[in-house]
Amino acid sequence: MEKFSILNSQAVPLPAENVDTDQIIPARFLKATTREGFGKNLFCDWRYASDGTPKPDFVLNDTRYSGQILLAGKNFGCGSSREHAAWAIYDAGFRAVISSYFADIFKGNALNNGLLPLQVSEEVLQALINQVQAQPDTKISINLSEQQLHVGAIGLTVSFEIDAYKKECLLHGYDDIDFLVNQKEAIVNYEKNRQWVY
Amino acid sequence: MAKTLFDKIWDAHVVRSIPGGQDVFYIDRHLIHEVTSPQAFDELERRKLPLFRKQQVVATADHNVPTRNQHLPIQDPLSRSQVDKLTENCHKYGVELFGLGHENQGIVHVIGPELGLTQPGMTIVCGDSHTSTHGAFGAIAFGIGTSQVAQVMASQCLLQSRPKRMRINLDGDLRKGVSAKDVILYIIAQLGTGGATGYFVEYAGKAIRSLSMEGRMTVCNMSIEMGARGGLIAPDEVTLAYLKGKKYAPKGEEWQKAVAYWSTLHTDASAAFDVEYTFKAENISPMITYGTNPAMGMALNEVIPASTMEVDSQGMLKSLSYMGFAPGESLLGHEISYVFIGSCTNSRIEDLRVVAEYVKGKQKASHVEAIIVPGSKLVEQQAREEGLDAILAAAGFELREPGCSACLAMNDDKIPAGAYCVSTSNRNFEGRQGPGARTLLASPLVAAITAVEGKIVNIMDYVN
Ligand code: SF4
Repeated sequence: MEKFSILNSQAVPLPAENVDTDQIIPARFLKATTREGFGKNLFCDWRYASDGTPKPDFVLNDTRYSGQILLAGKNFGCGSSREHAAWAIYDAGFRAVISSYFADIFKGNALNNGLLPLQVSEEVLQALINQVQAQPDTKISINLSEQQLHVGAIGLTVSFEIDAYKKECLLHGYDDIDFLVNQKEAIVNYEKNRQWVY
Repeated sequence: MAKTLFDKIWDAHVVRSIPGGQDVFYIDRHLIHEVTSPQAFDELERRKLPLFRKQQVVATADHNVPTRNQHLPIQDPLSRSQVDKLTENCHKYGVELFGLGHENQGIVHVIGPELGLTQPGMTIVCGDSHTSTHGAFGAIAFGIGTSQVAQVMASQCLLQSRPKRMRINLDGDLRKGVSAKDVILYIIAQLGTGGATGYFVEYAGKAIRSLSMEGRMTVCNMSIEMGARGGLIAPDEVTLAYLKGKKYAPKGEEWQKAVAYWSTLHTDASAAFDVEYTFKAENISPMITYGTNPAMGMALNEVIPASTMEVDSQGMLKSLSYMGFAPGESLLGHEISYVFIGSCTNSRIEDLRVVAEYVKGKQKASHVEAIIVPGSKLVEQQAREEGLDAILAAAGFELREPGCSACLAMNDDKIPAGAYCVSTSNRNFEGRQGPGARTLLASPLVAAITAVEGKIVNIMDYVN
């Protein structure tokens, strides 16, 4: 997993609420057996017409917007557990998604792939969306160790929450698998002492 | 100290707690399928890690499989390669596989329970959000991402923070014609798609207790559609009667021991929940969804809400325009061209029986294509033994072979763009059943009646 510490980037606004994982990456693209290459199909059915031409009104096709931050509406990532959703967003070049609410599984998947799901209040999210829509070249800075989000253009600084362990993982590029494999002794002991074994 | 059912099971699976609030959480049963496991096996490979407890892993092929001619090679090369990859990985790592053609093959959330792999008090995970289904047995069961699939493969554990607890009580008795599917569509419509995010839900109350295991599975299955990590129901006589004699259920003395333990699995009287809701079963009518998320549901005889016309914060208008509906519209009389009965929500024998019982001696409308896809080989076999196949065929329904089918449009079964499909599955997202497909979620009974009438009707006029 890649490390994440400081990100200073423009953002792409996608204010729709309840964006589900079938929109992020439709099921027909889940047939790959590797993790790479999902980015080109990110939001496929919103992004392309059925003949494959880009739909001009979709934000990813709007040349005014670019950057490594996706500004997303409430309850982002609901629906299926497919980690392909996080892979697709990451593969398309995003390193953080800012929303006022994330679906649980998506949030976990993002964190396991070095994609920061950054939760802010609805007011802050709205302010960010308004600003970026009005001025697409607005820079948003995210400082993970300080747990701060800063937008110079509107003088906004807010702090955000993140699980302490997950923060360490992101900062150092570790993932849970390293941690868990090192717990083997405790796990084996647990198995021996289980009150009920299936 | 008084504990909830959820906490009893959770506490029994904590290997250790780490600073910051997460637990190293032990997993009893790990179910895998072809879509979310290949990259996890790769991860083991890449890190040169063994599969830690292979006897606790069970695999099946379900998402990609065709539902016709399963004895022939899969036509789509990508689907075939994913299914082949699963077979290859299972052989290599010694995982029990119920692959295509195996008598136990089926949708992962249908086969776990029917084989007795799902038992009360267990922790069960799968790289699939509808793992919540297994909670119907009083288990903690939830969906995980592929990185977590790899973690469980490597350590039989996950790092988890304990979700908050919600209890949903359903008091009273369900009316005739109202099924478990209507119950959960009603609850989701009340709470919204994010209404239970961060929570694990226990369903309780007389109306929940009165449900069969199949019905309980339907309810727990869709917990995820309101954002819940999972749902569960305390085990009781219904649970025991279902499990007894199942292939992987404990036998003899082991069974006695298990029953003694399972009888402790209930929420203590004074245990506290973070939030609690109570609904009345009598208020629930047969439901249908009109929008593009499962919370956009209403009773069949209601009209699509009109109140959101000015403020479209939920994307209501976009959703309705996708569906071709208008605010304030009634769906009664609306013509339907596809009916899909299947998916891990409603493809069990009881669902097939409900459909067969209604359509017996009737005919589907001529413009409707009605497919019925059993959840597993065992369901299919049972349906044939009971003669349901003949009844369904006579009524013009096509009984297919088991798989996820038109639930997610990943295999050959898709609904064409613009077409309306009344579906017993769990998601009506844009494009879920195929690009441009318009899905209306409903119960098997509503689906059966719709197929016969060729349009949406108020089924309460038909059940009495
Ligand atoms: S039937 Fe549908 S919801 Fe269930 S596991 Fe298959 S694809 Fe997922």
